[in-house]
Amino acid sequence: MEELDGEPTVTLIPGVNSKKKQMCFDWGPGEMLVCETSFNKKEKSETVPGCPFIYIIRKDIDVYSQILRKLFNESHGIFVGLQRIEEELTGKSRKAQLPCFLSLQDAPCSCCMSFHFCRLVRVSKNYRSVIRACMEEMHQAAIAAKDPASGRQFSSQVSILSAMELIWNLCEILFIEVAPAGPLLLHLLDWVRLHVCEVDSLLADVLGSENPSKHESFWNLVTILVLQGRLDEARQMLSKEADVSPTSAGMCRILGDLMRTMPVLSPGNTQTLTELELKWQHWHEECERHLQDGTFASSPHLESLCKIMLGDEAALLEQKELLNNWYHFLVTRLLYSHPTVKPIDLHFYAQSSLDLFLGGESSPEPLDNILMAAFEFDIHQVIKECSIALSNWWFVAHLTDLLDHCKLLQSHNLYFGSNMREFLLLEYASGLFAHHRPSCLSSDCCSLWQLGVDYFDYCPELGRVSLELHIERIPLSTEQKALKVLRICEQRQMTEQVRSICKILAMKAVRNNRLGSALSWSIRAKDAAFATLVSDRFLRDYCERGCFSDLDLIDNLGPAMMLSDRLTFLGKYREFHRFYGEKRFFDAASLLLSLMTSQIAPRCFWVTLLTDALPLLEQKQVIFTTEQTYELMRCLEDLASGRPVRGEPGAQRLQEDIENTKLEMLRLALARNLARAIIKEGSLEGS
Amino acid sequence: MEEIYAKFVSQKISKTRWRPVPPGSLQTAETFATGSWDNEENYVSLWSIGDLGNVDSDGGFEGEHQLLCDIKHHGDVMDLQFFDQERIVAASSTGCVTVFLHHPNNQTLSVSQQWPTAHYHTGPGSPSRSSAPCTGVVCDNPEIVTVGEDGRINLFRADHKEAVRTIDNADSSTLHAVTFLRTPEILTVNSIGQLKIWDFRKQGNEPSQILSLTGDRVPLHCVDRHPNQQHVVATGGQDGMLSIWDVRQGTMPVSLLKAHEAEMWEVHFHPSNPDHLFTCSEDGSLWHWDASTDVPEKSSLFNQGGRSSTFLSHSISNQANVHQSLISSWLSTDPAKDRIEITSLLPSRTLSVNSLDVLGPCLVCGTDAEAIYVTRQLFS
Repeated sequence: MEELDGEPTVTLIPGVNSKKKQMCFDWGPGEMLVCETSFNKKEKSETVPGCPFIYIIRKDIDVYSQILRKLFNESHGIFVGLQRIEEELTGKSRKAQLPCFLSLQDAPCSCCMSFHFCRLVRVSKNYRSVIRACMEEMHQAAIAAKDPASGRQFSSQVSILSAMELIWNLCEILFIEVAPAGPLLLHLLDWVRLHVCEVDSLLADVLGSENPSKHESFWNLVTILVLQGRLDEARQMLSKEADVSPTSAGMCRILGDLMRTMPVLSPGNTQTLTELELKWQHWHEECERHLQDGTFASSPHLESLCKIMLGDEAALLEQKELLNNWYHFLVTRLLYSHPTVKPIDLHFYAQSSLDLFLGGESSPEPLDNILMAAFEFDIHQVIKECSIALSNWWFVAHLTDLLDHCKLLQSHNLYFGSNMREFLLLEYASGLFAHHRPSCLSSDCCSLWQLGVDYFDYCPELGRVSLELHIERIPLSTEQKALKVLRICEQRQMTEQVRSICKILAMKAVRNNRLGSALSWSIRAKDAAFATLVSDRFLRDYCERGCFSDLDLIDNLGPAMMLSDRLTFLGKYREFHRFYGEKRFFDAASLLLSLMTSQIAPRCFWVTLLTDALPLLEQKQVIFTTEQTYELMRCLEDLASGRPVRGEPGAQRLQEDIENTKLEMLRLALARNLARAIIKEGSLEGS
Repeated sequence: MEEIYAKFVSQKISKTRWRPVPPGSLQTAETFATGSWDNEENYVSLWSIGDLGNVDSDGGFEGEHQLLCDIKHHGDVMDLQFFDQERIVAASSTGCVTVFLHHPNNQTLSVSQQWPTAHYHTGPGSPSRSSAPCTGVVCDNPEIVTVGEDGRINLFRADHKEAVRTIDNADSSTLHAVTFLRTPEILTVNSIGQLKIWDFRKQGNEPSQILSLTGDRVPLHCVDRHPNQQHVVATGGQDGMLSIWDVRQGTMPVSLLKAHEAEMWEVHFHPSNPDHLFTCSEDGSLWHWDASTDVPEKSSLFNQGGRSSTFLSHSISNQANVHQSLISSWLSTDPAKDRIEITSLLPSRTLSVNSLDVLGPCLVCGTDAEAIYVTRQLFS
């Protein structure tokens, strides 16, 4: 066992006093049942009334949110797309020897060498844009919320989603794009700019005012722009200041020049890192010289800006309010003191930035730990911390899967189940199946289960077993839903489940007196025993009513008739009736006889069959030949001799009398037919 | 290039239907109804694709459909049909049939009429009724016909409280869909691959005609009738096959076309351009079948004939069989089936596409992936 990662949280069950009462529980998929128990407290429980409720306790309640359902559905599409890329890739390596290899449509972009890499980055960006879309909508909902409680709930969801996106984006930069020294910092700057976005509204606010440079937030704005490395915009703001105050115009121009000349790596540029470092060193010295010379001494604002541009830690920490958080501090610090930071050194700066920023006043929060783990390139720690901090599996399952596709997780196996990717996907998918389960007690509703199926499909080790267990538990409210479930099972050759679902439906149909439906389902399940049962019901109904129901089905059984002997008999017996109805007496007679001689007809039905032969025997025309008549007689005697002769009183006796009269009538009819047949056959041979 | 707009709506969509445009008007489709299924709470919703300035205010993209109003629906929405401009008939998995009324003034929906136990099972030995899902509904003002898993056919009239006509045990298996053939006649398809024609003028519970696929008894899930040639009928089956039938002759389909890989949930002829057909399936695909690709050939034939109009009438009256392809491109038994051009309309495969509807140049479809797709340029 590993040690606990943190104190488990305590959930209080309303109405249960856990100090006085004991509780019992049972685990379910993604949730747990809890109720009060009087186990071991016999003497007291008799007097104190217990809590009459059973509680269902679930960890991830987010699934209820309408907006998050969009996240699940949209990301499902991306997830499946990603798995197909992988399949295509393995397919590609197989096809690589063939000449028709040039089938991949999208070309690699100029910045990188491989298709695969580019696609993975695109997939990651797609995931992020789904999170962002969800966040925007949640934000709108929070604004539009009518009562403050639901507004707060939406807002807290927004902050969770925003944290997710922040983490994902950092993971994308560090693990998926694997940006080298140089571009790394540009990516990190974008990352900070994307997530500290209050500046844009401030910018619009200030520029919109009559006299921007006199706006109360003017210097804050300029500072933020500098902190985020948006030097072009900062320079424009400074020029506005220069326009209105001639005294500081000169200083503004000098600082503006410094901003303009700061060497930066541009994506299209071919200069090497060493060149950049050299230029940057020159620029840095120039900034320092201006500060030493006291160029900006008369303007504290400008001087502090210059200090920031020199990467002065004390000056940066003075802007704590504007920086918001330690990772912003980190990126700004790197921008102005180590612009060509290597990925490997990141964790060192990150740790010291965190320490400096918090200054021992507060302890790091879960989000800080997650980001720190990412800067340390400890993927497993990132996933672990996220699993603990976030209330559902969506985030970790999708991120882990993506990182696994980047071949970053291969070495890690859990001491239980399969690998981490699969474990998380299984958890997530099980959650989808359990969605809305509690209310299923009364009706039908597990609306996200279809998404879960695809996730299970891509869990090579335990996915199938899990799917088999889950799919049988989906309530089948309508046949259409059942057909969808059946299709899922059939596509995966889950014959056992197909059979069980068809059986459930067949049983349901029998209970509803829908024999035709029941028969169709048992034929689909290839369930011979059940087909026999249903056929017997048909025959019984026939004996009672003297006519068949559901002819449209029985007349069209086709090859399905061979499923069970009884079903064959039912089909053939109906065929006999059809022949008879169409006055095809010879066909009818030979079919009737063959039903008995081939032993398809159940013994108990022979009396009925023989009785059915009566009208044929009584036709003017001779229908049964001598040979056929002999056969019939043999059947009759078989039947008579096989009957137990027991003299029992009452109704039984009466029944027996009727049966005996029937037999006598049959014997007579057979004898007469035999006589006629002998005469006819004799005279035919003679002529 | 056809542009398709997708919108995720947080509910699995079982049915989508365009509101009919008033006859004779030049308006294009702009409102459609959807029904959801398998959710804790299901809804019948009305959506608009028109550019309604006031609705668009929440920053929706141009061309994206906006929710006008919705109303809770008890049970899964199994089928949905517009009765007229304002009224929508919904079939429920609880066996209930409901008529909803749309009030355009304040954009709300209300229940205008309901038949709560239109479809039900009677268990053996117990007189209690348990509800049976109503699987299909079709409207022809003032009549409404419903079919269900109980194999029952109901004929309702909008102004009558009780069913005008009920055929109990009309089918031994589940009826999956229904459509009007000619006014007193309807067509049903069932789960053992049969197509039945019923005539309400006849008493009793026997269909006037049974057509079936041979042998295999593959369930049929949907049916649609050619808008102009009432004897031409298309059905879709569990194996994804498209069957074209001529109900005037034979008991077997005229042609069987291999189509989708799983259940075909709906098939629709284009109402005003019936050489085009649309199908959607459980396998997540939506197809456009175009049988009009040999049009140039036809016209050249006419031109050779010189006076094309007389030639046409002549050929129909005397040589109907020979020139059948001229009359209906769907009934031709020409082995060269490649005359039909098929296009897939959805960009990528998703979960099941449960329903589609076409009207003019507009198409709408709904999926289990909780998305509604709309295109307004079908033939561009």
